[in-house]
Amino acid sequence: MELDSLYQEIILDHYKHPRGKGLLELPQGSAHHVNPTCGDEITVQVSTNAEGGLEIGYEGQGCSISQASASVLTELLTGSSVDQSQTVREAFIELMHAQGQGEPDEDVLGDAVAFAGVAKFPARVKCALLAWMALQDAEIKAGMLSKGDGS
Amino acid sequence: MFDVQAVKADFPILATTVHGGQKLVYLDSGATSQKPRQVLDAERDYYEQSNAAVHRGAHALAEAATSAFEHARARIAQFVGAQAPDLIFTKNATEGLNLSAYAFSNATAIAQWDEAIVDPRFVLKPGDSVVVTEMEHHSNLVPWQELCRKTGATLRWIPLTEDGRLDLSHLSSIIDETTRVVSVVHQSNILGTINPVREIMDQAHAVGAIGVVDACQSIPHMPVNVDALGADLLAWSGHKMLGPTGIGCLWGTPDVLSSMPPVLSGGSMIELVQMESSTYAPPPQRFEAGTPVVAQAVALSAAVDYLQALGMREVQSHEQALTEYALKGLNDLDGVRVIGPDTIVDRGSAISFVVDSLHPHDVGQVLDSRGVAVRVGHHCAWPTCRRFGVPSTTRMSPYIYNDESDIDAALEGIVAAQKYFGVK
Repeated sequence: MELDSLYQEIILDHYKHPRGKGLLELPQGSAHHVNPTCGDEITVQVSTNAEGGLEIGYEGQGCSISQASASVLTELLTGSSVDQSQTVREAFIELMHAQGQGEPDEDVLGDAVAFAGVAKFPARVKCALLAWMALQDAEIKAGMLSKGDGS
Repeated sequence: MFDVQAVKADFPILATTVHGGQKLVYLDSGATSQKPRQVLDAERDYYEQSNAAVHRGAHALAEAATSAFEHARARIAQFVGAQAPDLIFTKNATEGLNLSAYAFSNATAIAQWDEAIVDPRFVLKPGDSVVVTEMEHHSNLVPWQELCRKTGATLRWIPLTEDGRLDLSHLSSIIDETTRVVSVVHQSNILGTINPVREIMDQAHAVGAIGVVDACQSIPHMPVNVDALGADLLAWSGHKMLGPTGIGCLWGTPDVLSSMPPVLSGGSMIELVQMESSTYAPPPQRFEAGTPVVAQAVALSAAVDYLQALGMREVQSHEQALTEYALKGLNDLDGVRVIGPDTIVDRGSAISFVVDSLHPHDVGQVLDSRGVAVRVGHHCAWPTCRRFGVPSTTRMSPYIYNDESDIDAALEGIVAAQKYFGVK
């Protein structure tokens, strides 16, 4: 088994040097998600700035995959619109369910393409998705998305 | 003489490889044990030669099946020093513990309409207390939380010391005259601690409470005698002691079992059925509604034969030697901390540890890439993890078929994980 296909350099870098970690001062929406099988936890918060761009904050504890994923997500989606965040999330979820056969679009997913290999490890897909699902929930709680918009 | 290589050879799965040719090192027996050929053969033989519905039918196979099933019950009961009629087959230990908790909530519900027909020991009210410990598996915690939610009773727990043992210094104020049931784990699945169950059961009985024991992690690993433990009810699972999945056991004293209302009702558990109401069969049938776990019981009986042929004292000594070896190896590694007792005194072979700056999922992943199977996570003992300030741990749990080379493989894997993630 190739560990390196799971633990890409980009993932390890985000794990060791998380970007944008910390909570927002005035979140409009906040969601706390846990992975009940391993106890990983993440809180993701959102608000929008004057131009309608997303501000994202997070705090969490967990494995390299779950924490790096939160860091990548934050770097990638800060400043983007809610619509854009949804498009990227849908692409990421599709990639995670591709069982390693996905061909990720780097223009859409940026650093998140590094998680393509995670999809070959079914036990770790949930880790990678944790922050993304929490973000969706936070957007719903902030009234940015309605429940039916969930992907 | 305990011959681990001969034991290993009885387990076909241990000869398989994983991840394209890696030798399998199975150190996750605390989650489920592997099965020897003798157990697999017993289940196949039953289906090939004796399979029929038990306790009914008047044909040769029905008699053979019933005989195989009831012989298995007697054999498994004898293994723990019990009588066959006091042994109930369940689908797992979780069901046995729920069956115990539901006896209280069902009796409490019935008592609202007819107090005279239930045993008052099982009727709970606000002000009563239920006692567990802070090292319970969720299956011996959540059912009691549910019981308290339904009856208004209060849940209490015996706290832990820093070295992973029960803090019994305030036992008589935790188990007091309000206490109606005390349910404790014999050996912790996460810390490995073996608890002084007898002392706790004695305190429970001193205040008139019913005593329940979760023996999932003790019966597969050491000699256990139900009389010596002093419990009223004792639950364990088959699949952790070389048996198949789908079977567990609940043992109870005749006094307590005969006072418990049924949980699942329907076929096989009745005495007399009329349109208005029914009466129930005596234990164990009262608690075995529906088609029972026949093939599983036959296979579990073969597992008991296998363990008894090895000798449970020898099994325990073998595991103690491996545990001592593993604890020393872990303590010698930089940045590794054992969660639980770090001596083999009153300790079993479930060995949890954390690696500084490394999440257990990542440790487990590196070990898996080397063919070493361990458990990572909170081990269904989330409050115990919180008590020790860790979100989760990595656990190795060796058994009869493991040797020092397996422990070495795990230790080398931990060092490899530290190197891979650059934390050392």
